[in-house]
Amino acid sequence: MMRRTRTGLTAELIEEISREKGEPRWMLEHRLRSLRIFAELPMPRFGPDLSEVDFDDIAYYLRTVEPVKSWDELPEEIRRTFEELGLPEAERKALAGIGAQVDSEVVYRSILEEVRAQGVIFEPMEEALRNHPELVRAHFMKVIPPEDNKFAALHGAVWSGGTFVWVPEGVEVEIPLQAYFRMQTQGVGQFEHTLIVAEPGSSVHYIEGCSAPRYTKVALHAGMVEIVAKEGAHVRFTTIQNWSRNVYNLNNKRAIAHAGAAVDWVSGSLGSKVTMLYPSTILAGAGAKTENLSFSFARDGQWLDLGAKAIHLAPDTSSRLVSRSVVRGKAKAVFRGKLYVAPDARGAKGHVECSTLLLSPEAETETIPTLDVRNDEVEVGHEATVGRVSREQLFYLMSRGLDEAEAMSLIVNGFVSPILKEIPFEYAVELRRLLEMSFAEAIG
Amino acid sequence: MAILEVMDLVVSVEGKRILNGVTLSLEEGKVHALMGPNGSGKSTLAFAIAGHPDYAIESGRILLAGEDITGLPAHERARRGLFLGFQYPPEVEGVKLREFLRLAAANCQEPFCEFQKLYREALEYLDMEDLAERELNVGFSGGEKKRSELLQMRVLRPRVALLDEPDSGVDVDALRLIAAGIEEAARAGTAVLLITHYPRILEHLPPAKVFVLDGGRIVKEDGPELAWEIERTGYEAVR
Repeated sequence: MMRRTRTGLTAELIEEISREKGEPRWMLEHRLRSLRIFAELPMPRFGPDLSEVDFDDIAYYLRTVEPVKSWDELPEEIRRTFEELGLPEAERKALAGIGAQVDSEVVYRSILEEVRAQGVIFEPMEEALRNHPELVRAHFMKVIPPEDNKFAALHGAVWSGGTFVWVPEGVEVEIPLQAYFRMQTQGVGQFEHTLIVAEPGSSVHYIEGCSAPRYTKVALHAGMVEIVAKEGAHVRFTTIQNWSRNVYNLNNKRAIAHAGAAVDWVSGSLGSKVTMLYPSTILAGAGAKTENLSFSFARDGQWLDLGAKAIHLAPDTSSRLVSRSVVRGKAKAVFRGKLYVAPDARGAKGHVECSTLLLSPEAETETIPTLDVRNDEVEVGHEATVGRVSREQLFYLMSRGLDEAEAMSLIVNGFVSPILKEIPFEYAVELRRLLEMSFAEAIG
Repeated sequence: MAILEVMDLVVSVEGKRILNGVTLSLEEGKVHALMGPNGSGKSTLAFAIAGHPDYAIESGRILLAGEDITGLPAHERARRGLFLGFQYPPEVEGVKLREFLRLAAANCQEPFCEFQKLYREALEYLDMEDLAERELNVGFSGGEKKRSELLQMRVLRPRVALLDEPDSGVDVDALRLIAAGIEEAARAGTAVLLITHYPRILEHLPPAKVFVLDGGRIVKEDGPELAWEIERTGYEAVR
């Protein structure tokens, strides 16, 4: 029962999606308004070339698989993919809940009984819209309004799937929740919406992973993540991005941290052809904190345009933005680190640190720090380094019996270890494996 | 028995000839000293034997246990039991000493459990417990770096160890420890080539043989008394 919309972006398409989902009126209006804004806004005036993205040649809504209650009920090919990715196993061993989306819809979701009993909501976005309409409406695209940028507007018009997480006051979800996004069909766009609301004093760790088989045709991913961390809440959001290299990954991620709250973004970016991703935290309440740890590995033909922003609006807020990029072959890694400190944010502390390791002569990198500080009682700093693997390091390791690929991969692993050690163990192992594989391929 | 034989080795670096036909051989289980003034080519010889790609072997041969290793890449030489203790070990950020050494040991076919035992024992022996979980050479003092090289040798148990100035920049106590460690390795069968400027370490570690390198050639080889002679009279006398 495969439903596929026409390609192309029109008001009729939006109405069809909304009807298919049985949405309330306000959501349809939100979609149509977003579509109008999308038409008016210009393409980004910075970063990679997006001319290959043809908005009229993308399938915006595609229901490939009907939702199921157990992994076994999934079609063979998808089930096998998820098994290879280790999702059923991770669910059994290490997660409080898991959701898996194929193309436009969430096809599988589970939550541990004890987590549900704590009052935690972990539901596909569409379900949450039906079950908790007021809660969703109060927060949906309030952190990132459609006016923010062209891809936020596009997302607002065509969003589908994703997750709603709500953690009640004082509840600590001790093991992570996970979502997995799979673009399965050629020419599809994926626009999942993730909204996390952490009530005062609560805490949650959310992990998302993504992948797609490789097609020649361009695919577009324009997801959105919004996080609301209320007073004293702690939200950690980890992303392992391994899209195939025909994907334009143009994402919006933003959090608002109220007084005493902490939001951490941890991102590992390996895949996609082009990525534009700048997770941001608005430090809106006194003493709010954010950490943004980004690791990227750009290879032949990739342009990974990453960054992090901390917007200090309140006193005694602090931020730490750290990036480690590795570039190999004819590829480019960019890091845009932005700190804004408002006049009222006295006692703010901010630190931006980015290091790049270039593994080939054609590899390119750029670091673009922006420090916009509007008061004197702050401590802000910025460091950037670009290096290459030294011949001495390489020879040293080889003189101990490591071959060139092993030595390179050890050096690169060491370089990215400040970020990898923040990534949950199973995922860090996977990332290391991907790195090692890539060196074995390169050196032969 | 000669385990390492270097035959008429000619080596250049960036087109400049540094070694003009070096011949020497090392015996299993013995300590040999390689001495010579600054710039005589001692480190060049060590790098060339270990297979550093910037040290081009123009002619000559290197045999390890009878096998010609002249054209092998560095890691293949290491896997056959050759070890180079660096004068200036580079720092490798983010890589733990332990992690690195475990990988190295795996390549040398050390079973893991054996590695654990050797590693713990070596850490204790060299009084390095506090460095075990540190990143490889990062922020190590001069003396700590030298001890870390020796630790690696102890764990990897090479057939031939080329030790480039293991004694420079260490205090008296560490020097004694390093000398004892080298002696022990030799007793276990390793052929050691100890490169040094100063005879000081040789007082703790009498060599079976002393080679003097000057102008890219071995100009003299003799018993331990050659080292004391150099101590008294300098290199002039042996030229």
